[in-house]
Amino acid sequence: MSTTVTPPPTQNQSGSSRFTSAAANYIDERTKIGVAVKEFGRKVFPDHWSFLLGEVALYSFVVILLSGTFLTLFFQASMAEVFYTGPYVPMKGVEMSVAMASTLDISFSVRGGLLMRHVHHWAALLFVASIGLHMLRIFFTGAFRKPRELNWVIGFVLFVLAMAEGFTGYSLPDDVLSGNGLRIIDGIIKAVPVVGTWMSFLFFGGEFPGTDIVGRLYMLHIMLLPAMVILFVALHLAFVVIHKHTQYPGPGKTQQNVVGFPVLPVYAAKAGGFFFIVFGVIMLIASFVGINPIWNYGPYDPSPVSAGTQPDWYIGFADGMLRLIPPGWETEWFGYTWSWNMLVPIIVMVGFLIVVAIYPFIEAWVTGDKREHHILDRPRNAPTRTAIGAAGVTFYAVMWAGASSDIMATHFQLAMEGVIHTLQALLFLAPIIAYQIAKRTCLALQKKDRSIALHGYESGRIVRMPGGEFIEVHKPVTDYERWELVSYHDYEPMMLRPNDDGRIPFGKRLRAGMSRWFFENRIVPPTHRRN
Amino acid sequence: MAEAAKYNGSEGAVVPAEGHGAVAPAAGTAVIATDAVQNPGLPPHRKRVTDLDPKVEKRAERTVYTLFYVSIAGSLGAVLAYMFFPIESGDLWDIRLHTMFVGVGMTLSLLAVGIGAVHWGKAIMADHESIDERHPVPSDSATRAEAVEVFTLANEESGFSRRSLVRNSLIGALIAFPLPGITLLRGLAPQDQDPVTLLKHTMWEEGIRLARDTGGYGVGGAIRAADVTIGSVFHVVPENLSQATNLLDEKAKAVVLLMRLEPEKLKERDERKGWSYDGIVAYSKVCTHVGCPVALYEQHTHHLLCPCHQSQFDVTDEAKVIFGPAKRPLPQLPITVDDEGYLVAQSDFQEPVGPSFWERLK
Repeated sequence: MSTTVTPPPTQNQSGSSRFTSAAANYIDERTKIGVAVKEFGRKVFPDHWSFLLGEVALYSFVVILLSGTFLTLFFQASMAEVFYTGPYVPMKGVEMSVAMASTLDISFSVRGGLLMRHVHHWAALLFVASIGLHMLRIFFTGAFRKPRELNWVIGFVLFVLAMAEGFTGYSLPDDVLSGNGLRIIDGIIKAVPVVGTWMSFLFFGGEFPGTDIVGRLYMLHIMLLPAMVILFVALHLAFVVIHKHTQYPGPGKTQQNVVGFPVLPVYAAKAGGFFFIVFGVIMLIASFVGINPIWNYGPYDPSPVSAGTQPDWYIGFADGMLRLIPPGWETEWFGYTWSWNMLVPIIVMVGFLIVVAIYPFIEAWVTGDKREHHILDRPRNAPTRTAIGAAGVTFYAVMWAGASSDIMATHFQLAMEGVIHTLQALLFLAPIIAYQIAKRTCLALQKKDRSIALHGYESGRIVRMPGGEFIEVHKPVTDYERWELVSYHDYEPMMLRPNDDGRIPFGKRLRAGMSRWFFENRIVPPTHRRN
Repeated sequence: MAEAAKYNGSEGAVVPAEGHGAVAPAAGTAVIATDAVQNPGLPPHRKRVTDLDPKVEKRAERTVYTLFYVSIAGSLGAVLAYMFFPIESGDLWDIRLHTMFVGVGMTLSLLAVGIGAVHWGKAIMADHESIDERHPVPSDSATRAEAVEVFTLANEESGFSRRSLVRNSLIGALIAFPLPGITLLRGLAPQDQDPVTLLKHTMWEEGIRLARDTGGYGVGGAIRAADVTIGSVFHVVPENLSQATNLLDEKAKAVVLLMRLEPEKLKERDERKGWSYDGIVAYSKVCTHVGCPVALYEQHTHHLLCPCHQSQFDVTDEAKVIFGPAKRPLPQLPITVDDEGYLVAQSDFQEPVGPSFWERLK
C-alpha cells in the first residue's frame, strides 16, 4: 500500500464498502467529482407525464446514435456504379450505386442489419415527433417565459436540426424515393432568385444527380449535424439545470421552490428506466413493422416514380405547402424567372418557423412582464396564447394534410381538384375556426373553475327547502383544490397614455393593440374579498 | 429576505410584493391582487400501499428482480436468435424471422429492465416529496460588479477602446480571414462548366432515335412510328444514352414521354405543326414544377399527372398546365421519322427542361 492522504478504512467496514470508498476516493482526488455529486446528486425534479416528452426526444436520439454507429460500419456513401451480387434475387445483376448496394447488404447480408435499419428509422421518426410534442407542451404551458426564452430558441434549433438530420438520412440509400426527394430539393433550390442555379450546381457537384451528393449528405448526416445536435442538447440541458425545472401550479408549489423527487435515487431509477422503455418500444416496433423497404423501390433512376409518393412525416408540411399553390404562380420579370410557386411556400414556411422561434419575445413584449416564471400556466389560463397555439397547429396540420392530397383523393374516391381546393380554403379558414374554438373553450373552462372555486362542486343532491324551493347542494372544495383553480396570472389590457411629448408612438400603439387582443377577454381569478 | 421578497411567490403565483426594499422586476400589465388567495402549502403526504403493507412491498420487490431476470433472459435470447436464425439464404422469410426474433429478445431485455427500474423507483424507493429552493437566475450584484471590473480592467490593460486603429484593423482582419475558406467552396462544382449552359442542352439532337427506357442504366430498342398505336404511351430515352459519361445526369434531362393520339384531337400552333408525326407527340417527362418525372398518363382524358405534387398537363393542347402548382407546359421534343421508319428527334428541346431557374430565359 502506498502512502496517501486517504484515511485508513475503519475496522468495521466490509470488503465491498471498503472498495467503494477507496474507488470514490481515487476518483475524487483526481476529478473533484465530490462537488458535482453534492451539487446535483439530490437535485429535485418535479413529476408530470408531460415532462417525459423531452426525455423521449433525448433517449430516441441516443438510440439513433447507437443504431447509426452500427450502420456506418457497413454503409458506403459512394455513388460509383456496381452490379448487385447479394442474396436478394429480384435485385441480382441490377446496376446501382454502391450506397444502394451497401444498404441492401445491410438489409440482407448482415445479421441484425435490417433490424438496426428499422430501429434507426423508427427512432428518427420518434425523435422528430417527440421534439414536436415537447415544443407544444412548452408552448401551451408557457414554459418559454423568462428566464427560459433562450432555451426555447435552442430547442427550436434542435427541431430544425432534427428535420435536417432526417432528410439527409432519408437521402442516403440512393433509392428511387430518396432520389426523388433530392430532385424536389434541387427544384426548390433552383427557384431561389439570383443564386439558385449556382447553389444547386455547387450542392450537387455539377448537374443533378451527379456523383457527389450522397457522400456530401453522409458527411452532414453523421458528422456536422450530429455534432451540432449534441452541442445544442448539451446547452439545452445545461439551461435546465441552471433554471431548475418548471412545475405545474399546485398547493405548496411556489416561484421559489421545486417540489418533487431527488435525482439519486428516484430519478436515476425512473429516468434511467425510462430510457430503456423508450429503447424497448422502438425495438418492439422495429421487430415487427418494416419501414423504407428500398428493395421494392429499386435504385435511383430519374425516370420512374410511383403514385402515392410520400416524404417522411416531418417533411410533409413542406411538401404539402408546395402542392397547395394554385397554377401559374411564376413570373418573368426583367428577363429572369421568379418561381413564386416555390418562393411563396418557402416564405410561408420560413415565416411560420420564425414566428414559432420568436414567440416568447413577442409575448414578453406584450405583457411587459419582467418577472421570472417557474410555475406553469394551465393552458386554459392563457386563453389567447392557447388559441394562437391551436391556430398554429391547425395551420401546420393543413399543410401536412396537403402532402397526402393524392392519397386522400384515391382512398375516399374524391376528385383530386376538390381535395386541393378544400385544403387551400382550409389553410386560411381552419386556423381562424380553431382559434375561436380554443379561445371560447378556455374562457368557458376558466368560468367553470371560477364557479367551482367560489361555490364548490355540484353534488347532484337536490334539497327541498321548507318554503318549497328546490336547491342543489354544492360541496365546497378543499383549500388545496381551490389553490389549483385560482392561482394563475391575470393581465389586463395596457392603458394607452401619451408620453412626455404628448405623443403616442407607433410601437406603443401596436403594443396596446396586441395587449387588447391578448387580454380583453379575461376571467379574473377569485380573491378573498370577492369571495 | 430581500431576495425572497423580490419574487414573493410564496404568497401565490401572482405578483412581486411592493415596498419590500429590493428592486422588483416589472410586472408589466399583470394585475396584482392584494387579497389573493393564499397558498395552503403542501398537502399531507399520502402513503403508498407498499408503505402500509409489508406484503405488498415484498411483492413489488419480487416483481422488480423478476423483471431484471427476464431482461437477462431476453438478452441471452437475442444472442441465441442471432445464432439460430440464419439469413444467408437471402430468403425474405428468413430475414423476417431473424429480425423478429432478435428484435423480440432485445425488446424483452430493454423493456424488462426499464419497467423494473421504474417500478423500483415508484413503488419501493422513498417517495416523500423533496423541496429544493429556487434562486433567482441572475448573478448577485457583487458578482456582477466583479464581472464588470474584469472587463474594465481588460479594456484598460489592452487599450481595446483607446487604441481604435488597432481594434478596427483587427475587426477588418477577422472579417477578411474567412474569405479564402469560402472561396475554396467554389471547388464543390467543376471549374470549367457553367450550369446555365448545361441546363439548356440535353442529348437530343437531329437524327437521334427515340429508344425505349428499360429502367436504370438500360437503353432498349429504337421505336418505329408503326409500333406506337393510338392510345399507347412509351417511356423514351435517346438511343445513344449509354454513351454518355454521366449517364444519370443526361437521363435526368433527356427522358421523354411518347404518346399517339388521333391527329384531329391535337391542337397545335402553326409553327409547331411539324413537331409531331401523324398524331405522335413527344414531351419532356421532367415536371416544370420541381422536376419529378411526370409518369402517369390518363389515356381517355389525355392528361399527364405528376405524382409528386399533382400538376396536370393536357397532351392534346401542347401539354399546357390544367391543374396544380406548375406554371409552364412540358417542353415538346420535335420528332419525325427516318428512312427506316424509326422515330428520330428533329433537334434538341427548344427550351430548357425541368424546373424553372433564374437564368432560364437568358
